[in-house]
Amino acid sequence: MNAALILIALATLGTAAVAMAGRNLLHSVILLAATWTGIAVFYLWAGAQFVAFAQVLVYLGAISMVVLFAVLLTRRAREESVAGPELKSRTFFSVLAGLAVAVVLLAAGASAPLAVSSGPAPEVTVRDLGVLLMGPDAAALLVAGVLLTIALIGAVVLAAGSGPDEGEDAP
Amino acid sequence: MSQAPTSFLENAPVLVRDWATGFLPAPARWFANSLIDIVSILAVFGLLFAFLTLAERKILGRVQNRPGPNRVGWAGWMQPFADGIKMLTKEDVVPIAADRVLHFLAPVVILAFSILTFAVIPFGRNLVPLDLDAAVVYFFAASSSTELAVFMAGWSSHNKYSLFAAMRALAQLVSYELPLLLSFVPVVLATGKLSTTGIVAAQAGWKWGFVPHWLVFTPWGAAGFAIFMVSALAESNRSPFDLPEAESELIAGHLTEYSGFKYAIFFMAEYFGMCALSGMAVTLFLGGWQAPLPALEFIPSYAWFAIKLMALLFGFMWIRATLPRLRIDQLTRLAWKFLVPLALVNLGTTAFWFLSTDWSGPFQAIRWAVAVGLVILPAILLGRSLGSGLGPRTYRYA
Amino acid sequence: MLGTGLLKGLGVTAKNLVGSFYDPKRFVTTQYPEERTKLPEAYRNFPFLVSESPEDPMGTLRCVACQICEKECPPQCIYIEKSRDKKPDANGKMQIYPAVFDIDTAVCMSCQICVEVCPFDAIKMDQVFEIAATDRFTGLLLDRQALAKPNSYFHQIHPTEAEEVDGRLAAARRAAEEKARAAAAAKAAAKAAPPAQPPAEAPKPAP
Repeated sequence: MNAALILIALATLGTAAVAMAGRNLLHSVILLAATWTGIAVFYLWAGAQFVAFAQVLVYLGAISMVVLFAVLLTRRAREESVAGPELKSRTFFSVLAGLAVAVVLLAAGASAPLAVSSGPAPEVTVRDLGVLLMGPDAAALLVAGVLLTIALIGAVVLAAGSGPDEGEDAP
Repeated sequence: MSQAPTSFLENAPVLVRDWATGFLPAPARWFANSLIDIVSILAVFGLLFAFLTLAERKILGRVQNRPGPNRVGWAGWMQPFADGIKMLTKEDVVPIAADRVLHFLAPVVILAFSILTFAVIPFGRNLVPLDLDAAVVYFFAASSSTELAVFMAGWSSHNKYSLFAAMRALAQLVSYELPLLLSFVPVVLATGKLSTTGIVAAQAGWKWGFVPHWLVFTPWGAAGFAIFMVSALAESNRSPFDLPEAESELIAGHLTEYSGFKYAIFFMAEYFGMCALSGMAVTLFLGGWQAPLPALEFIPSYAWFAIKLMALLFGFMWIRATLPRLRIDQLTRLAWKFLVPLALVNLGTTAFWFLSTDWSGPFQAIRWAVAVGLVILPAILLGRSLGSGLGPRTYRYA
Repeated sequence: MLGTGLLKGLGVTAKNLVGSFYDPKRFVTTQYPEERTKLPEAYRNFPFLVSESPEDPMGTLRCVACQICEKECPPQCIYIEKSRDKKPDANGKMQIYPAVFDIDTAVCMSCQICVEVCPFDAIKMDQVFEIAATDRFTGLLLDRQALAKPNSYFHQIHPTEAEEVDGRLAAARRAAEEKARAAAAAKAAAKAAPPAQPPAEAPKPAP
């Protein structure tokens, strides 16, 4: 296997593991941002430049902000935010769910034909992506857009109606 | 193209580079090329940053009827080096309760991503470090990742004022991402490419022999350029949007607990962001490295890029000298209620422009009139609603 | 319309920027220390002692060590020691002079009271402010050598005041001379007149 892929995978999964196991919530968020960068590097390794840049733009540039604001605005105390399960049953069910996802992924990976092809990878330009998105996959794009708009409006309504000083921006 | 591509000055940088890497074995040449690209970008923009700080202080001084720094070296030209020595020799104070790792990483991250944005700007005809297919998306991805470092800086200082300022800075940066990205979508629509070299090439040539095909000379291009420049001002935390780092606002905002070289790095990252965004504006709207008239093509392409870049940077400083600072609510209101609707309307104007490309004869005048109206009318209407309810101030004296 | 004020403002700053290269009204900086601003005449900083001639500053000091300024100085920054002998002053009269006259300019508050109370116009306010010293205690303590400056210097820094003082002193000198001549003439007349004149008719000296 490609040494670069192994390195990228180790980095991504490593930072994700440390993020999930860490006690400091904000450190976990920063490590999660590193995980998303690892995924973007994976896309670059796979030759999907546009998706990689879009991943960085969306995840590092916007979603990380959302997560940070959410963490900061909903913390109960000012000291170290400890991230850990509160109930024993939660730990049990989360491990169960993780195992189930792992089984599904391994099954999908084992049953898919992952033979290394001898021909060159297809050159997908951004133009081809655009044509695909606006043509055969336009419905998916529109549905995703509508979903996101509804979610945004819902968030705004929740934020505006939930209290006297629960605005989005800091004072 | 004219005879410019074969002139000696034009090809000089590439010739020098090829001569230097010619000493190396063939397999190592691509690596040496990249290394030379990186080193020259760092050297050029590092020096530019140093002299930009001096130019800014002198221009601001002259506007304010005073000379600016003029004691260090002849007319003050060694001031940036004196400032550099000062920054390097200052004590690096880290608050005892601060998160040391994040406090150290924040300037590193912001500088790294700021420098990464330079990789796709075409500085000259053969002078683009990375010719990517989706170069514009790469640029905006790298520049929006710097916002994470702003938050890291504010939070890791363990200072509630830094944290407030960092959240305000983040709100500002995220609000102005939208108009920034929306304002260049018409450019992509017009040129059909996301690659910077492709966009510059699409603006080649002259109409009637002397009017360049630069996108800023179309109604939607001018509006897009204006929106892009306002958003670039806000993205690089420049006056009048410099609330995050103004001295009278929470000391230095998210940079309060940084001293010495780390502060200099944040400063450098801000100027690099300014240069990179101006470079992108030149590429997207002002035709990149192309000359405005066919007769002026003997001036090399990188010189034209430099001239346009300097003009935009001078515009940044001129605006800083003129306008007072906006409050955070005025900032965000400007972004969401004025710039985003304008950018969306601009998209519609561009679509109309391209659907009416082959109208003939007198219809061209109608096309221009409609496009100009579609650009100016929403600006006036939205501008009215922006300032509505805030009548002229009446002062009542006791 | 939104933006017109902005453009007007940009025009104002552009005018300032371009004008600062050729219009002195748009470049008001004085490049200190190469250039100095002209100080107003009434500007004052520390006192100095006036001496009549620049060749012999110690010998022609107007000060007669009456110590009024030392007593009136609010922060008590003046220290005077009288001399044991006397020297003739500008009018020829024998006066004592100050053997020691120290002003601690670190303490002086430039209130000008010493100038106002001096009956001899001997101490006046100077305009020097660049007297920074490296020694904290004695660097700013000026003795009478450093404080004595000639009357011509006084004319240079406070022309109208110097003219007024000179006029007054000259008038006083003339009046004294007149009185001396009149006294001498009266004495001569009394000697020449018959000695049987009653002493009550002897001319009394003018007060």
